Amino acid sequence: MSRAAARPMRVGATGLRSAGDGVVTLLAVVLAFAVGALVIAVSDDAVLESWGDVASNPLGAIEETVATVADAYWALLKGAILDPDGGSLQAVLSPLSETVVTATPLMLSGLAVTLAFRAGLFNIGGQGQAVVGAAGAAFVGFHFNLAPGVHLAAALAAGIVAGGIWGAVPGWLKGRTGAHEVITTIMLNYVATILIVYLLTHEIFRREGRADAISPLVRPDARLPELLGGDLRLHAGLFVALAAAAGVGWLLSRTTAGFELRATGLNLRAAQTAGIRPARVYVSAMAMSGGLAGLAGATQMLGTDFTLTPGVAGGLGFAGISVALLGRATVGGTVAASFLFGGLQAGGIQMQASTGTPVDLVTIIQGLIVLFIAAPLLVRSVFRLRTADGPPVAASTARGWS
Amino acid sequence: MSAPAHAAEPTFGRPGSLARAGLALGALALLVGAGVGLGDSAGEETRFRLSAVAADVQLGEIAVPVGVCAWVCAAIIALVGVRAVTAPTLPRSAVAVAVLAATIAFLCWAAAGKTLNLAGLTNATVTGSLPLVLGALAGVLCERSGVINIAIEGQFLLGAFTASTAASLAGVWVGLAAGSLAGGVVGAVLAVMAIRYLADQVIVGVVLNLVILGLTGFLFNRIVVPNQVALGSPPGLPSLNLPGLSELPVIGPALFDQSIMLAIAVALVVGVHLTLRRTRWGLRTLAVGENPEAAQSAGVSVRGVRYRNVIVGGMIAGLGGVYLTIGSVGAFGPNISSGKGFIALAALIFGRWMPLPALVAALLFGFADAVQSTLSIVGTPIPTELLQMFPYLVTILAVAGLVGHVRPPAADGKPFIRA
Repeated sequence: MSRAAARPMRVGATGLRSAGDGVVTLLAVVLAFAVGALVIAVSDDAVLESWGDVASNPLGAIEETVATVADAYWALLKGAILDPDGGSLQAVLSPLSETVVTATPLMLSGLAVTLAFRAGLFNIGGQGQAVVGAAGAAFVGFHFNLAPGVHLAAALAAGIVAGGIWGAVPGWLKGRTGAHEVITTIMLNYVATILIVYLLTHEIFRREGRADAISPLVRPDARLPELLGGDLRLHAGLFVALAAAAGVGWLLSRTTAGFELRATGLNLRAAQTAGIRPARVYVSAMAMSGGLAGLAGATQMLGTDFTLTPGVAGGLGFAGISVALLGRATVGGTVAASFLFGGLQAGGIQMQASTGTPVDLVTIIQGLIVLFIAAPLLVRSVFRLRTADGPPVAASTARGWS
Repeated sequence: MSAPAHAAEPTFGRPGSLARAGLALGALALLVGAGVGLGDSAGEETRFRLSAVAADVQLGEIAVPVGVCAWVCAAIIALVGVRAVTAPTLPRSAVAVAVLAATIAFLCWAAAGKTLNLAGLTNATVTGSLPLVLGALAGVLCERSGVINIAIEGQFLLGAFTASTAASLAGVWVGLAAGSLAGGVVGAVLAVMAIRYLADQVIVGVVLNLVILGLTGFLFNRIVVPNQVALGSPPGLPSLNLPGLSELPVIGPALFDQSIMLAIAVALVVGVHLTLRRTRWGLRTLAVGENPEAAQSAGVSVRGVRYRNVIVGGMIAGLGGVYLTIGSVGAFGPNISSGKGFIALAALIFGRWMPLPALVAALLFGFADAVQSTLSIVGTPIPTELLQMFPYLVTILAVAGLVGHVRPPAADGKPFIRA
């Protein structure tokens, strides 16, 4: 399969420059925030009241609406980047630190989805893989007592291995029986969550003197070192995630395994004809993907959480899917997207605290961004862009049931 | 379109090897016979209660010695295993018998020394399968016309939220209609994205689930929680009690004194089955899902059929959501569907994209859930958490092990571009 066939063909791009993927991505973000503004407005009592007397005071209604939306988004922005009213330098920088802290596991769980996508697999199981990864890292972190550097490495490795096994199972099932990974990975997400609750009933996972389901704290030796200190939570997990990104990029573009993986994803039959065994690719791709998701759970555990609870790694897996889709299943795009979504999530918490707008809004906006990116033709028609590309069928990342 | 899609499916070894199936059955027979028949609880008895606690006529209980039950079941499984090795083919019914025997032995062992209420078990099976049947039916309509519907979970969730809120405001029947419509709206969004804008259907479905999870959580926290009385206390749908029949042992209360949603679901299963086989719409649906180009040549509007099917399917899935709130527990809570939409999707695949087999698959998954909930009430040697995993593991097993290579509609998931 030639390079040109793998990407949508660019035809008829004469005269006006056609809007490329980058423009569509940007406009998808704009559109998502616009719909998000609508959701904020229609769910706000004061705004609805002001529209109730729109006949007597039309300007007031518009003003109220704009002010409510602007307040929420301003709080979101402040919570994501810098807080100019923070006072001390630490308080001013705190939102940025939180954004990066949130982005770190997102980058890894996004890379997990990206890697699987490139093999033609849709790994929705990042959640379960991150959960068992966090559990593995936590167990090594609190149960053993190893030398400083070794302890951290062992805990991270435990996360990778646990997640990798959790991911390899659906890959193996797909290669062996054809069971679709979308279903098996989702089922394993639920199994993983219940497994954590089960583990936390055991003596070995229980914190002494606590009746509720919570593990002992990870020992300081196994924690990811803080980078700035003070109240800022920024930790060395950022470097782990960036190294993983570089590793995935190298794997995909420079190694035989990466080539086989991409070939399987681009054209299964051509890959088979070339002697590649898809069943093996499925297992290894899903194991690596699961390992990355497990590492995502591990960095969250060893960087910020430090203790295993039933709600561990909440939402990490599904946010990872959004990150990978926003990044168009490329390594660089995924890294960039993780910072955007990290900022949205960190800012969303501040927004809820200061304006009362529920943080669920962030989930809506993230989902809408991806929804619009999945349908570039929709974005183009909303913004009346020339459709210079052919139909985006060839750009399809996931396949049907086969 | 030359070769069937599964021809390219990779496998490790010989597919469907009967020798291996025989080996697996032999191991299962050994496990049941030796593990249960010689286990600690072999000398105990398990009592199966036939009548509901409230029934007028009490039939009493059947006491089954665990050891005897285990040996009989092991023998049956072993026989099927021998059949697998000696005969040229292994029919599905034989496998079903072996699985049934293993299940009975498991129940005997798990409830040794206790009483299992069979009427309760069937009732839990029916209530657990109800949303799954409706979700799987929605999937049948969508996917038979060639559009993959991963958004069943989202349709459940929005249907459940809308039904609960609308029923609180304007009564239970308005809630029913609104919930169904909400599912239809999600279907319409999916249809527009997939059919008009040619978006990847699996991705759109997954993302719709995500958006709806956020949206219902947002609206619940922002609108329902502050107005709990006005918006969060819906009346429940009535149940349909057939006097006499509802007194039947084991199945009476489950089938004949059940939420009216059961009657609706049964009518829909029969309706979709007949529609697909007997009506112009149904036959066109099958044609569009298998070979849209040919259907178009014959003058069928491919997009029209797909729009109609995806929207109607969404309305049926919306009813599944209606059942989750006003059909059973009442008020909505965040993420009330908790993955049932995905289990419905598995039932659809396990049911080979057809209504009646999908019903059987849904009942199977409902039964797995009922076993889990019933046993955790009775108290068993197995930890509760492991029991809770049971329905999910059964789903994986069903999709991976029992189904083998199923063939989806040939054009499922492929956008249609008018030539």
